[in-house]
Amino acid sequence: MTIVKVNGRDHQVDADPDTPLLYVLRNDLALNAAKFGCGLGQCGSCTVIVDGKAVLSCVTPLLLVEGKQVTTLEGLGTVAAPAPIQRAFMEEQAAQCGYCIAGMMMRAQALLMRNPKPSDAQIRAELEPHLCRCGTHMRILRAVHRAARLMDTADAASDRSVR
Amino acid sequence: MTTPVVLDRRSVLAGGGALIVSFSLRHAAAQQQKGPELPGSLAKTPNLDSWIRIDADGQITAFTGKAELGQGFRTAFQQIAAEQLDIAFDALKVITADTKLTANEGYTSGSHSMQDSGTAILHAAAQARALLVAEAAKRFDVPPDKLRTENAAVIAPDGRRLSFGELVASDMLHVQAQPTSSLKDPARFKVMGQPVPRVDIPAKVTGGVAYVQDMRLPGMVHARVVRPPSYGAQLAECDTAAIEKMPGVVGIVRDGNFLAVVAEKEFGAVKAMKALSAAAKWRESAKLPNQHDLANVLTALPSQDFAIFQRHDAAVSGARSLEATYTRPYQSHGSIGPSCAVAQFVDGAMTVWTHTQGVYPDRQAIAEMLGMPQSSVRLIHVEGSGCYGHNGADDAAADAALIARALPGRPVRVQWMREQEHGWEPYGPAMVTKLSASLDGSGKIADWNFAVWSNTHSMRPGGAGSLLAAQHMARSFAVPAPKPLPLPEGGGDRNAIPIYNFPNAHVMHHFIPAMPLRISAMRALGAYHNVFSIESFMDELAGLAGADPVAFRLNHLDDPRGRAVVEKAAQEFGWVSGRRAPQNRGYGFAFARYKNLAAYCAIATEVEVDPETGRARLVRAVAAVDAGQVVNPDGITNQIEGAIVQSTSWTLYESVTFDQARITSIDWQTYPILRFNAVPDSIAVHIINRPGQPFLGSGETGQGPAAASLANAIAHATGKRLRDLPLSRKRIKDAIDA
Repeated sequence: MTIVKVNGRDHQVDADPDTPLLYVLRNDLALNAAKFGCGLGQCGSCTVIVDGKAVLSCVTPLLLVEGKQVTTLEGLGTVAAPAPIQRAFMEEQAAQCGYCIAGMMMRAQALLMRNPKPSDAQIRAELEPHLCRCGTHMRILRAVHRAARLMDTADAASDRSVR
Repeated sequence: MTTPVVLDRRSVLAGGGALIVSFSLRHAAAQQQKGPELPGSLAKTPNLDSWIRIDADGQITAFTGKAELGQGFRTAFQQIAAEQLDIAFDALKVITADTKLTANEGYTSGSHSMQDSGTAILHAAAQARALLVAEAAKRFDVPPDKLRTENAAVIAPDGRRLSFGELVASDMLHVQAQPTSSLKDPARFKVMGQPVPRVDIPAKVTGGVAYVQDMRLPGMVHARVVRPPSYGAQLAECDTAAIEKMPGVVGIVRDGNFLAVVAEKEFGAVKAMKALSAAAKWRESAKLPNQHDLANVLTALPSQDFAIFQRHDAAVSGARSLEATYTRPYQSHGSIGPSCAVAQFVDGAMTVWTHTQGVYPDRQAIAEMLGMPQSSVRLIHVEGSGCYGHNGADDAAADAALIARALPGRPVRVQWMREQEHGWEPYGPAMVTKLSASLDGSGKIADWNFAVWSNTHSMRPGGAGSLLAAQHMARSFAVPAPKPLPLPEGGGDRNAIPIYNFPNAHVMHHFIPAMPLRISAMRALGAYHNVFSIESFMDELAGLAGADPVAFRLNHLDDPRGRAVVEKAAQEFGWVSGRRAPQNRGYGFAFARYKNLAAYCAIATEVEVDPETGRARLVRAVAAVDAGQVVNPDGITNQIEGAIVQSTSWTLYESVTFDQARITSIDWQTYPILRFNAVPDSIAVHIINRPGQPFLGSGETGQGPAAASLANAIAHATGKRLRDLPLSRKRIKDAIDA
């Protein structure tokens, strides 16, 4: 049994320690967002956040995330109460088939957590490990910019509520 | 009663006898009516309740036999139905391709969904509304033209109100559609024409269940297939004893050259697959052609030759002439998610959840493979990763069905691995085009010769022999004989006939039956390469004529809608005749009407070429598109943006690679596609709406023009014309240095 912390909760998982985190998330924890794309760390579809950093879950064995905080797209928000990055992707209609999008969003989220106002060049460089085959890139870039603005507004709002 | 009742629209609208419907209409044969052709897919499936159903409790559902592939038409269909029923957008839901529930609309392909299914839903919804109003008129004893509809109810002038649910009688919509409908005036549209947000996106951006990959049925097991190392390889030996004892392994399915392993847990299946793959010994026999000499390989293969277009005007003859050969390699669909399917075999009935583009033809193939009646096989479309044509979807569905039959009762989920998708998907076929033309004294094209060499562009199922599992199993099904796809839409010759008004023109289609590599339909089929060729050559001829490329095209183009998109794209781009681009940059232009009968698209591009490395980057693109009546403008914009980016990737980077026996492009390292460092600064899409005109579809209109526009911009930037796809860094560098 391995204990993994996913989206703020501890989960006991009965999986071999070499099992890639992706399979644990998708099957043991029934989470959908992280996707199997290549299993080789080449496409980014499986990206989740581990201790604040974007990680390719298809090439990260369970063993390496024990005791760490794993965040998936499900942990950010819901359809009813979407996180800024989720709202931004909805508002920009930044998907075609959408298969790559969850991974893109997680890396963008990790970027925005450490750099709330990234330049366009920084966003493009950050998303370099990610492939999209439908050609939705222009919208994805717009959505990440929008997410940065939404987070900025949300921060300002919460600052006011603190005061 | 055996004679079907054909309803007269006037009697329907008057309410007289409209609701008495022959029971025999339920019989499929009775749906085959002679008479005027019904619009869209109503021609094959004419009953209104195949498209629109209203339950007594007021629940409203629209049905389509097409599959949502990420194009967003589930939303567009919902808009169409809501508009014509005069109800709110979210007052109905849409059910997509399912052999138990929806019409047989064949494949979701060829940018046909809006024309076929969208048109059927448009008319079915309008006629359903008319029937409801007619029924209300009868009950209110008020003429129908005094009634109005609002919020799924019919309202009389005195305020009396009957909901659609109250009005609908059991068989009210079980009637044949009429050839014409009283459609809403586009000026009164509230839902159609609006950029309604897509209904599928919220789940996709919050981790909801959205794909077949996300299905988890009770008791589900995970399977992996071990594919042969090359086409035609025979499984010589395979000692499975140790693998069967691996923890969690449920069983191994071996049927001739079909080999798969099933495990309780997914990673257990992956590990067992690797062990099984190592244990399997294959006899290989494949002889693949020289990938560096495809032009000669293809043109040397036996072909069936068709003169598909001739125009002759002896009065016009040319003086200065030009000829050129263009080539396209095999290219991969490259879905980001490898194919996946879930199947379950219970009490002699097979259910398959699949991201196939055609639930009915795939059902036929799977039933034939299993030796089961089609009535015992149900295929349900569930979204997968974008497919862009015939990828591994149907094969994965067949794999799942074959394995599930060996494990009755248990749902089986088959997930292809990356190297399986890349190595076994049917590729977009390699193509060769040879063009020659001459200019008359005024610099206009006097005669034009175009010849294309290509395989078919569809080996989609219908028969079991199209499925890998059926080819590999012991009772092997032979690959069906390939056929050229018929014109006017065509396959290898799609868009081979020029849209321009050349006085003399001759177009040949050299159809090559032999298929050295497994191929099938890839987005836009032959139109991608044919438009690339024609529109590159138009620029070469404009250069010979000393003419501006946009003016040169307009000088040969009569179609007013074509002229409108050319002029719009040029104007929005800021196209100026003879304008020099900044250093190392170039401007390009291209235009086509997809299939010469669907959407019009013109694309202007600006490209930057690094003379040191040969690297070309699309800087900006401006597109104009006319897809007929617009249902969701943001959906069209999304499709055209995607076409430009995807085609940029095809055009600059992509070719399937192989050695003498095996495919060697088996992942994203060996088959690189466009990444964010090559994403343009901007893409602008300008839609010319045609209210009241037929839907033309927009999914495949941009790929050909984007390719040629890029090639023309690279030629403008470097002074060098590249005619072999992809326009790779090395080829550009070699051309610059030459």
